[in-house]
Parts: sequence; structure tokens; C-alpha cells
Amino acid sequence: MAGGFSVSRYTPDEGPWAKLTARDSLARRLDWPLLGAALALSFLGSLLVWSATRNRDHLTQGDPYFFLLRHALNTGIGLALMIGTIWLGHRTLRGAVPVLYGISVLLVLAVLTPLGTTVNGAHAWIKLPAGFSIQPSEFTKITIILVMAMLLAARVDAGDQAHPDHRTVAKALGLAAVPMAIVMLMPDLGSVMVMAVIVLGVLLASGASNRWVFGLIGAGAGGAVAVWQLGLLDDYQIARFAAFANPALDPAGVGYNTNQARIAIGSGGLTGTGLFEGTQTTGQFVPEQQTDFVFTVAGEELGFLGAGLIILLLGVVLWRACRIARETTELYGTVVAAGIIAWFAFQSFENIGMTLGIMPVAGLPLPFVSYGGSSMFAVWVAVGLLQSIRVQRPMSA
Amino acid sequence: MSNIPETGRTQRVQIRLIVIQVLVFSLLLTLGGRLWYLQIRNGDEYTAEAAGNGVQQVVQPAVRGSILDARGVALADNETRLVVSASRTELLKMKDDGVGVLTRLADVLDMKVKDVRDKVRLCDSKTPQPCWNGSPYQPIPVTDEATTQQALQIRERAEDFPGITAEPTAVRRYAAPGKARTAQVLGYLSPVTDDEIQKAQDGPSPYLRSDQVGRSGIERTYDKELRGKAGVTRYEVDNLGRVMGEAENDPAVAGSTLVTSLDARVQAVAEYELAAAMKRVRGETDKITGRKYEADSGAVVVMESKTGRVVAMASQPDYDPNDWVGGISGKQYAKLTSKKSNYPLLNRGIQGQAPAGSIFKVVSASAAVRAGHDFNDLYQCSSSYSLGNQTFANFESQGHGPITLGDALKYSCNTVFYRLGHEQWAKDGGIKPKKDAKDWFYRTARDFGLGSETGIDLPNEVKGRIPDRQWKQDFWEANKDAWCKEGKKGGTYVQQIAYESCLEGNQLKAYDSINYSIGQGDVLVTPIQMATAYAAISNGGTLHEPTVGKAVISPDGKSVQEIKPKVSGKLPVNAQTIKDLDKGLRSVVEPGGTAAWRFGGWPQDKIPMRAKTGTAQVYGKQTTGWFATYTDDYTIVMTISQGGTGSGSSGPAVRKIYDALYGLDSAGNQDLKRALLPEPQKALPKVQPDGSIHAPKVKPYDPTPVTPEEQPGGQEPQLPLPPGGQPGLTGSPASTGRQP
Repeated sequence: MAGGFSVSRYTPDEGPWAKLTARDSLARRLDWPLLGAALALSFLGSLLVWSATRNRDHLTQGDPYFFLLRHALNTGIGLALMIGTIWLGHRTLRGAVPVLYGISVLLVLAVLTPLGTTVNGAHAWIKLPAGFSIQPSEFTKITIILVMAMLLAARVDAGDQAHPDHRTVAKALGLAAVPMAIVMLMPDLGSVMVMAVIVLGVLLASGASNRWVFGLIGAGAGGAVAVWQLGLLDDYQIARFAAFANPALDPAGVGYNTNQARIAIGSGGLTGTGLFEGTQTTGQFVPEQQTDFVFTVAGEELGFLGAGLIILLLGVVLWRACRIARETTELYGTVVAAGIIAWFAFQSFENIGMTLGIMPVAGLPLPFVSYGGSSMFAVWVAVGLLQSIRVQRPMSA
Repeated sequence: MSNIPETGRTQRVQIRLIVIQVLVFSLLLTLGGRLWYLQIRNGDEYTAEAAGNGVQQVVQPAVRGSILDARGVALADNETRLVVSASRTELLKMKDDGVGVLTRLADVLDMKVKDVRDKVRLCDSKTPQPCWNGSPYQPIPVTDEATTQQALQIRERAEDFPGITAEPTAVRRYAAPGKARTAQVLGYLSPVTDDEIQKAQDGPSPYLRSDQVGRSGIERTYDKELRGKAGVTRYEVDNLGRVMGEAENDPAVAGSTLVTSLDARVQAVAEYELAAAMKRVRGETDKITGRKYEADSGAVVVMESKTGRVVAMASQPDYDPNDWVGGISGKQYAKLTSKKSNYPLLNRGIQGQAPAGSIFKVVSASAAVRAGHDFNDLYQCSSSYSLGNQTFANFESQGHGPITLGDALKYSCNTVFYRLGHEQWAKDGGIKPKKDAKDWFYRTARDFGLGSETGIDLPNEVKGRIPDRQWKQDFWEANKDAWCKEGKKGGTYVQQIAYESCLEGNQLKAYDSINYSIGQGDVLVTPIQMATAYAAISNGGTLHEPTVGKAVISPDGKSVQEIKPKVSGKLPVNAQTIKDLDKGLRSVVEPGGTAAWRFGGWPQDKIPMRAKTGTAQVYGKQTTGWFATYTDDYTIVMTISQGGTGSGSSGPAVRKIYDALYGLDSAGNQDLKRALLPEPQKALPKVQPDGSIHAPKVKPYDPTPVTPEEQPGGQEPQLPLPPGGQPGLTGSPASTGRQP
């Protein structure tokens, strides 16, 4: 290209359409099943959020479309963030990781200052003007993945070593521990649990020594026991666990959520009551139904088919992510993808699991489906990262 | 040139990625499996739960059916009371949770604010009564005794009393027409318990929380018919209980009306005369104990001889059934169930049991005939009967020489039956029974319906007891340990008895058979059993299951379901023996008979009277008197515990009941205009086209005896009679009576 002559006998049409459809074009290389599944989840989410909120006048200020529009808007912003992430590319972002990491730590710190607000017992939010608020721990999940991947993959990708050495692993764990400790102080136990699983996924994929992997699992278990023994948990958290262990306990109190959630899902049957027709949903028996308990709307109104479809779509997202992790050639991309897989998988399992009564209640949103800006933006950025890893993988020529 | 360059990827990472993938998909599979389990496998259960979640019920109680007497007079019906209720859901919507409204309400009703607030709070494990045990969506009654004035105040100032209603509501009333309380026969109601709701949940007639349930008497037996079906409106509500729509509306269906065979007027006479007789004998001195008679309890049964229908049944002590209406107070309840008041809740007509005494002799006479003796043969009525060194005396040790069994009934001769009973016992093998022991005396008692329930349509009837060989054995096995522990050879009387019982209490002894032959010893019977047996003799041998209920009439009056008399058996003797028995019993009221002194002037030619007196001895107590009588139409059995002889204590009362039934004056002249029921009421009360039932007026019973020269004086006020103040009641019963 540097010369003034063409080396090619055949000059392809360089029009925008051709660019898009060219064999190695961006559009061709994007993972469409991943994007399609994520979009479908967000679309289903908007319907479910709408159904859950259209009668809740105290939330919507009388506008039944309020949450539907906001959810659509959040999805739109999320899509834009995804495109931005693809455009920048995960490799470019690699240079900015220290800065992003620093910002995210500052943001979670800010939550502990008077800027932070408490929602449902978790002091995890920063109130912004004009009625907006953000949950910095959602973004921290991304920066933990990125900063650990950067450290762990640096020397492996450079070809210096086959696996990250102990020093590097220790450093990476240290960097992850800082925001996790802060989030723990909020206390936002659910997010800490997700982050711990992310760290585990990242370590696994990085090829770090088995000792680290099992050590981390052991430390996690030990930590949980310590937290329990030292009474670091708030009463509401203990109550949630107690209610999980015995849902019949105090069905009007702590067991109420799980009990009502299970009734909602169980009553859906094969095909559900139909959208907007669920008595549990319209009767507002399930609290937080547009956010953490959104799956119960699917269970009741769309039945086994609809709720199963959500699990299936999440499966598609995770399947594509696994493929991307396996197919990329550089460890950095693999580790980032593995972190995202761990995140999506565990958070989805915990969220749906608690509505089905097989996991204790924790305030975690269902990726793509739950209402909530911060979560929506974070998961779409993650999709952007996955796409970028796929798009930028060296093509075989 | 492989598609994927292997740079930066070790085997370890590759394997671990696969591990991650497997983990991820097993998590998703778990979710899918659990979802299938909840929605498909157990879906129905949760669907039902969700349906219950969003629906709340408001119950309109059904009006309970009335209980009428045979002519349509209401024994139990409903009266309208002004009930003030508070709606909890309305009150909770107020800023102060309704405290202000309740305070104003307490002021209007002249109640304490605390009492009003306690009444509308919900019951739970920590809240003591008073509290509301029903559905929180149900208006909670604060009082059922509001005056019209108070109700008007509440209604006119509706803006001051949001959520408060003052509505006329049906409340049970036991009207006691003509002072006939009919307490134990009617029974009473009390609110349904949680247990009962649970148990009846899936049955054909489930309870509602607001239901009152019949606890005893007819109210209990016919509870299902009387209760009706409460109306239920189901509302769809959201999680805060806000009503979103009406789902279903089942209107209330009133309970059916129960027509009984009782006659309020006869019932009033029976109740009055029983109480008066007991009062009278309490003024008399018992010659045996030297104390005044206790007359602690008594019962009388008036039965239609041909059908077994109960015309009246009174039991003393009694109580006012209205005490139960609107919830019984703790104090009242304690009184009704205490030993001191001698358990007025017991219906002694079916739950009181005592040895039968000589009214049992019809059984023994029949047994003798079955054993092969001729009714009209002559049997030695000696003044006493000896068994070893024991002597069983006749009453006042009087002998009558050789007499027929009919005369043995007339004179109530014990020794005739002692001998017959003892001989039969010996014939059956004595204490070591033969294989084919006939045990005619015991078998016949059972064939007369004794020792088992008559099957009357009243709850908790007792069986009585026929102490045959089997019973002896069972009783000994149940008690021998205690007897052997207590017994002492040569100790006190009680210890000696226990000692002997310990050794041989399982044997039917000679003296057992002797005692038994005259209805003494371990035999126990109830008034209703004896009435059924004597009614069977009266009607030629048919035993009936006695009935109180006569017909069930639907609330609109269109469906009338008659309760037919049920035959439960035949007397085990032939028609000739029944005739012989009848003749013997007839002679009891004729000159020389033991009840003759009570039936002076009785028109025996027009209304032949048969009777048998009885006096039963109970260890440690004064004697219990029995009086079993019948005419062609009616059988009356009366008993008074610790009141002396049957004819002495019950004779005048029974005669007065007959006088009232047939309209007789004290000289035996009949005035059909005054007769309450010269023959049993056959027809059911008339149902008007609008479904209501015509009820004749009932005049209170005037116990003043009508003498031939006097005109009936119905206007005189009722006065309690002084003991002995009645004509024809001269002399001490013990000195003139002949019964054992």
C-alpha cells in the first residue's frame, strides 16, 4: 500500500456495504449468536420488567411504560457501549486498564462516603443528580477481570513463560482484593461472591498453579466460616440464609420472598398464565420483581417454556463465550473471556437459583433481563469485550 | 497451517477451559431441572397456593334453622339483634390505624376503649382473649347488644364512624315457650375450632371460620341440617389486601327447620313436675338414713308408645340454654360443669344410669317364661329367701304365699324372682357355667334393649350395663390389680369386699344372680332404655329407636323430609306373654298394687294405666326411685336419684303429666278441651305458602290441680307449690308403699 502502484490485479469494491460483507469484515467476524441471544434476553427482560411494574404506581408515578422505556433506553446505551468497546478493542483497552482500575476503586470508595446511598440493606449505590444512581461494583467486576488478565497474561503472551509465576499471581490477587474488600464493607455480599467466582475463573484460565486454585477455594470457604463466626454479617443477611435453609420459617417475614417467588414460578405450569395475566405478579406478592426477582415474572406468566427459554438463551451466551475463550490465541483474551463466563454463569445461577429456592437470597440482578442501568451497561461492555476478542483474533490466512 | 495457532495455550489451560465449560453447563442444567420440578412436576400445588394468595373471602353467615315442637312452636329460633361490627381493613387505612374511631365508638357504646380495641385485634399465640379469631377481612363484631339509640347514632354520624357498621343480625334464641327450657335436649352452640375446620376441610360440608357448631343435644345431631351454608364472596386482592375485583359470589343458604316430636306444653309440664317432685321429697326424711332426701338429680321421659317418638324429656338439674348465646362467660361455664351444681349439662334421660330396681321385673318375668316357666303358674312369695347364711328379705318382710308372675309384679314380690333367678343360675352351672348355659335372665335383658344404646338421635347416650358372666370377667381383669392391692382379709367392709373380689371377682356368684333378678347389684339402666322397653310392652312387642327429630323442612318450606320411626327389634317373648305382662302391670295400679295409692280416681276403664314401681339401692347413697308407666298412647318413665321409692317420689308427678296430656281432673274426669295431647300429634305443622310455619300460642303450664267442682283457672299466677300441698298426697310413701 505504501507504493504508488497496485499489487493486486483485482481491486475489490470498497463501498460501505462491501466492507461490511467482506469475508474478513467486522460484521462477518462478529459473533452473531452471542449478540442475538443477548439482545433477545434484553428484549424479554423489557417485557417482564414492564409486566412487573405497570401496576406499581408508587414506583412508576402513574406511567405504566416508565420502566419499559427505561429498560429499552438502558439496553440502547448498553449496545452503544458494546459497539464502543468493540471499536476500541480489548487490546487497546489493555493500555487503559490501570486507569480504569483506579477509577473503579475510587468509585467503590465513594460509596462509603456520604455520596453513597442504601438500597435494600446494601449500601452499594452512588446517587447522581436527576434521580439517577449507579452501582460501581458492577463496573468493578469488569476492571477486576481486566487488571488480573493484564497481569497474568503479560509474560505468557510475551512468550517468557508457559504459566504465570507465583509472584504475578500474588500481585493479581492483591489487586483484586482491594475493591473486593471495599465492596465487602458496604456490605454488598452478593457482589463479593460474584467477584470471588470471577477471580477463581480468571485464575483457572490463566493456567496458574493448582496450588493457587485450590488455595483460593480453601480460603474462600475458610473466609465464609470466619465471616459467620465473627459476626461480620448483618442481621438481614443471616435472616436470608436462615430463610433459605427453612423457607417455611416466618413466611410473612424473611421467608416471604422465597416463598412467594416459588409460588409464582410454580403456578406458571407449562405455558404460564400469559403476559400481564399472572396473579402473583399483578397482585405484587413478590417484592423487587423488576430487578432481582424478575425471573419469577417469566416463571408465572410465560411458564416453563418462557422461563426455560431464558435459561436457554443464557446458555447460548455462555456457549459462545466459551467458544471465544477457547478459540482465541492469546492468553489475555482467554482469561478475560473466562472471567466473563464465570461472572455471567455464577450471577445467573445465583439469581435464578434463589427464585427457585435452591440458593440463598442475594441481591444480584439477572444479566440482560433485570431492570437496572449499571448492571445492564456492565454486561453489554462485557459482550463488547467478548466480541472484540473474537473479532481481533488473528485470522488464519 | 492449523486454524488456531497454539501459541500461548498450554494443555493445562485447554483442560481448564473445558472444566469451566462443563461446570457452567451443569449449573444451567440444574436450573432447568429445578424449573421443571417446580412448574411441571409440582405445578398444581403451587397453582392452588397462588389462587389462595390473591383471593380473600368475606362470609355472610347463614341463618341457622329453627327447632320446632310437633305443632310448630319454636323451641330454638333466631332473634334479630343490633350487632355493631368494625372492618379491620377500613380501620388500618386510617392514619392512626382507627384508634380515633374506636375511641368514639367505645364512648357511644358505653364500653371501655381497651375492651373495644381488644375485641378487634387479631388472635395469635401471644394474644389472650378477647381477640378476633376469624378472617381479618370479615367485619369483627364489637357487641351484639347495641340499643336502637346507639345504632342510630353510629349510622347517622357515618362520617365519624368509617368502617363501623350497625346491622340487625340473627342471633340464636332459646325461646322456652311456656317455660319449657328443653335445655339438655336442645343442646347448645359454640364457635367452630381450628381442628374442626381442618378436619372438615375436604368433607362434604366444610366449616367456615364464622360458623357456630352444635355441641350437644339436637343442635349437634342435626347440626348439618340446621347450619345451612354461609354465603361467601371472594375478592381478588393484591399483596396489600386492596380489592381488585369480585371473583365469586355464593349467596348464603339458610339452614333447614327441624320439627321435633316434642310438645312444648307437655315438656313444660314434665320439667315443672320433675323439679317440683324433687323439691317436695327434699322436704321428706329418709327412714333408712335418717336424713332428708337429697334428690340430687332426676329425669323424666314421655314417649309415644307406638312410635318411640319422644314427646318430652326433662333432666334435673338444668340450666338456661340462652347462657350459651353470644359466647358463654368463663364463670357461667365453670358453673355448668362443676360438681357443686351436679353437672346440669348432662341429659339424665339418656346419660343418667342407675340400677333399675323392681321396674326390671318385667325382664325377669319374661326370662322366666323363656326358661320354661308358665306365667300363670303359682310361685312361692315367701317373706324371705335364704342362701347359705345370707337372707334376702322381701320388702318389709311381707309374704304373699303362692302367686302368679302377674301378681308378683302387682305386689312387686322379690322372693319369687330371687328363686327363679337363683334356680336358673344353678341350672346354668353356677359359678362354673356349662358350655350351653342359657343365661336367660341376662340374655332377655339384652333382648329388651338394655346394656346397649337405644340409638336415640341425641349425642353421647350411655349404654347402661348388664352384668353377665362376660362382663364379670372383663370387669375383674380391669380391676383385679387395684382390688388385690387394697383388699385385706378381715379388714373393713370395703377391704373385705376388695379381698373377695380380688380372689373370685370374675365369677358370677349365686347372690349376684339373686340381686340381679330384681334389678339390683351391678345392673345399670337409663330412663330412655326403660321407656323404650315399656313402650314395647305397650305396643305389643316392638322396640323402637327413640327419636326426637320428626321432619326436616327446607327454608322455603317446599321440601319436607320426614324422619320415620325406626324399629330396632322385637321383645323376645310371644304375644301371650306380653298380654300377661300387660295385665300384671295393669294390676299394679289397681287395689292392692304398689302404685294403687297414686292412682286413686284414675279412669282405668277409659284410659287403662299400667305401671311398675322400683326402688334401687346404691351403695353409700339414698335409694333411687323409678316409676315406669304406660297407657295405650304414651309411656312415661321417671326417676329421681336419692329421693326414696319410685311411687313415693315420682308418682304424683307422673300422674300430673298424664292428667295434663289427657285433660283429667283430680277425680279422673276428662275434659278434652283442657287436654294437651289426648292422642299423639300425627300431622306435621302446616307450612304457609311463604315458607313460614304456623305456630300456635303456648300458655304457660298452670300446675294448680283442677278439682271437679272448680272451673279451670288458667289466669292464676304460677306459684311454687309447698311440699305436700297437693290433694291425694297423704301419708308417708314408705308406710303405704309395698315396693322394695
